[in-house]
Amino acid sequence: MTYDLIVVGGGPAGLAAACSAWEKGLKHILIVERDKELGGILNQCIHNGFGLHRFKEELTGPEYAGRFIKMLNDTGVEVMLDTMVLEINAQHQVHVISAAKGYEVLEAKSIILAMGCRERTRGAIGIPGDRPAGVFTAGSAQRYLNMEGYMVGKRVVILGSGDIGLIMARRMTLEGAKVLACVELMPYSGGLMRNIVQCLEDWGIPLYLSHTITDIVATNGRVSHVTVHKLDDKRQPIPGTNLEFDCDTVLLSVGLIPENELTRAAGIAMDPRTNGAIVYENMETSVPGIFACGNVVHVHDLVDYVSAESERAGAAAAAYVLNGVQQGNAITIVNGADVGYTVPQKIRVDNVPKAADIFFRVRRVFKDSVIEIKDGDRLVISYKREHMAPGEMEHIILPRKLLDTVTGNEITVSAREA
Amino acid sequence: MYDVCIIGCGVIGAATAFELSKYQADVLVLEKENDVAMGASRANSAIIHAGYDPKPGTLMARLNVEGNAMAEQLCKDLSVPFSRIGSLVLAFTEEEEATVKMLYERGVQNGVPGLKIINADEIHEMEPEVSKDVRSALYAPSAGIITPWDYTLAFAETAVRNGVKVTLNARVTNIEKLPEGGYRLTTPQGVFEAKYVINAAGVHSGEIHEMVAEKTFTVCPNRGEYYVMDKSECFRAHHVLFQCPNKDGKGVLVTPTMDHNLLVGPNAEGVEDGDRVNNTAAGMAFVREKAYKTMQTINYRNAIRNFAGIRANTDKDEFQIGIAAENFIDLAGIKSPGLSSAPAIALEAVKLLSQCGFNPEKKANPITTREKKRFRFMNDEERREAIKENPAYGRVICRCETVTEGEILDAIHSPIPPCSVDGIKRRAGTGMGRCQGGFCGPRVVDILARELHLDPMTITQDGAGSQLLLAETKQEVSAK
Repeated sequence: MTYDLIVVGGGPAGLAAACSAWEKGLKHILIVERDKELGGILNQCIHNGFGLHRFKEELTGPEYAGRFIKMLNDTGVEVMLDTMVLEINAQHQVHVISAAKGYEVLEAKSIILAMGCRERTRGAIGIPGDRPAGVFTAGSAQRYLNMEGYMVGKRVVILGSGDIGLIMARRMTLEGAKVLACVELMPYSGGLMRNIVQCLEDWGIPLYLSHTITDIVATNGRVSHVTVHKLDDKRQPIPGTNLEFDCDTVLLSVGLIPENELTRAAGIAMDPRTNGAIVYENMETSVPGIFACGNVVHVHDLVDYVSAESERAGAAAAAYVLNGVQQGNAITIVNGADVGYTVPQKIRVDNVPKAADIFFRVRRVFKDSVIEIKDGDRLVISYKREHMAPGEMEHIILPRKLLDTVTGNEITVSAREA
Repeated sequence: MYDVCIIGCGVIGAATAFELSKYQADVLVLEKENDVAMGASRANSAIIHAGYDPKPGTLMARLNVEGNAMAEQLCKDLSVPFSRIGSLVLAFTEEEEATVKMLYERGVQNGVPGLKIINADEIHEMEPEVSKDVRSALYAPSAGIITPWDYTLAFAETAVRNGVKVTLNARVTNIEKLPEGGYRLTTPQGVFEAKYVINAAGVHSGEIHEMVAEKTFTVCPNRGEYYVMDKSECFRAHHVLFQCPNKDGKGVLVTPTMDHNLLVGPNAEGVEDGDRVNNTAAGMAFVREKAYKTMQTINYRNAIRNFAGIRANTDKDEFQIGIAAENFIDLAGIKSPGLSSAPAIALEAVKLLSQCGFNPEKKANPITTREKKRFRFMNDEERREAIKENPAYGRVICRCETVTEGEILDAIHSPIPPCSVDGIKRRAGTGMGRCQGGFCGPRVVDILARELHLDPMTITQDGAGSQLLLAETKQEVSAK
């Protein structure tokens, strides 16, 4: 049997994509999930704050996942749990293994990639020092704490001010640990402002901006001490600015990387800026019929945005299967001043119903600023923003009637002070 | 009383134990750490050198070339990842071109097969990423790459299956000569007696030597730091790419590994503490800077791990192999090319035992092979079969390296059972990939606790003191 759609990953992106594709008329849909249950990383995110946009209420991670799982249960979408995808290819074959069913090659008319992301590790940022037990990524620590019921440490220094690190600062504190410091390499936080306030400031945990860990010392196999230095403009440690912490644990919240090994192996074109696939306006990749959505495309701030993007991908996969291949010339979105990346990277104007959603991140903190879309030197449209920061994803809606005025084969998105 | 006691279960001790396990002899190996391959054997360049580097006429030269020749069949028999990918020593200046010529001459004298000096065009044909500044190189087709801790494990596990006893957590603190002949060795695991003692204690071989003999050499621990790069960087090198050796060693190299990562390093720095393998900002910067000469394109954003290893260098430019005292053999000061020489050094140890008067009979049918399932290296058909045979091979625990529960269970129930997360890592490959155990770590802890009937809070990262979990979370309070 050939499935209409195989969704790789049963986290928030995969769940929303599958529900949406079902709603749009696909009947043979399969979700392949490597874990023993659906929901992905939401299952370990037991704090609240999810769903404010999507459901207009504050849910915990498992509750948010539960809403979508309930929706899924009302459809005829099949789910394979405890099953690992080893390979996908441009012919829409999906190689999977599981203890229950062994090795299978599944076929599909369309595929949605929803594998999510993983955390950057100590190795990725090269922290000097001993390499003992007690250095964890924030997400691993969160799993031990919230899923397995164990504390990874009692005196903690957190490197990086990404949202997971901030959430874990509060979570560890609530469990009785002493969080000594949150140390951030950049002059601004990588997390949401609400998390800085609710997870650090409310608990009196100091945030050291433009600082980093310069040494980790072990005693008897476990972290016992870290040294932190202030950084100069070139991000080099300034001698004499050292702060010394006796601690047993270092948590790392130093960024997330879309998990695209399957994507690359399938020969899908990648964007080095996002570490995700290059996608069109409907989340289709460079391989026709293969779509991608959620954190596997670019790392989102809020799961609500993941759900919305994934619903668009699910609907697009349904349209692909039911109506056939999308045609039309594509406009490329070029990153102008202080724009780090955009998703989508390409827009097929003929395929845009009323407007195209464009998501991006700026490279630095802005106050009273303007986002400009230009077709060559011509300003297509501009949007005002009171505040922009790299830690907060920007979203603009570009109307079809403006896209129709574009004469070149690219548009530029840039940011500047007003 | 044992016939032979080997001190140290790095690759030298393990290879010697394996060799002796083919004989009718009671052999004991005492290892100070909680696992084998815990010193230089687990943290090095993972190279089987061709043998052009050591000075002709030295033991290092002969044993390197012999060990290299033995590696292929051994690795095949013992299921150790090994590939004879060849090496290049790159010359960037006229002076270095002279060094390359000198190494060629040495190599020829040492009996290294197939050596050739190649020009820049030939280099770039073989290695397109190598710097445009390269002038010529020494090509040694017999050089190879290996998984060094698994080489050690393979020797040690097979020795155990042949009846050798390996005792872990047994640091030798005293050696006493017995009046009736033989030695008494004191360890935290008890006191052991053996007729013959072999000192294979690596960076501690000087201390062990001095427990029974006059000091004849000084160990000078020397640390080397490395970068391990993601598989996406592996394409940059197809051979072991050396720079010209200098007074600090063989210089910074760039090489693929058997797990399809790219390895960059090491530096060379004399250190006081031979057991401390920390990374330093200066060492890591040095490695990046020097590797830049070989190729400018390595993307360090794709680094997944730094590590450091210790060379058991001595004040002598030679392995310290010989009879140090009555019935006491030194396999000491085994620095580079020690890994390459290991199986040849083991044969040397048997010869030295014979000189001491120990000439046991060979066993009729000793075990000389080891099977090891590695799901990630299987083809589709083998994978189908493996899962059919045991469904645990269908459950992927380490996503990055595609390591299955079946392989973890194999490791837990192997001849030298590991008791730590890193012990599983060395045997099964979990946590070696880009997420560095972020996803699989908790699952490995869970499986270890389940299979060994242990409290998860007792599971260590890598030996005593390195517990991962320090407390349970707050427990549910029942409603009044």
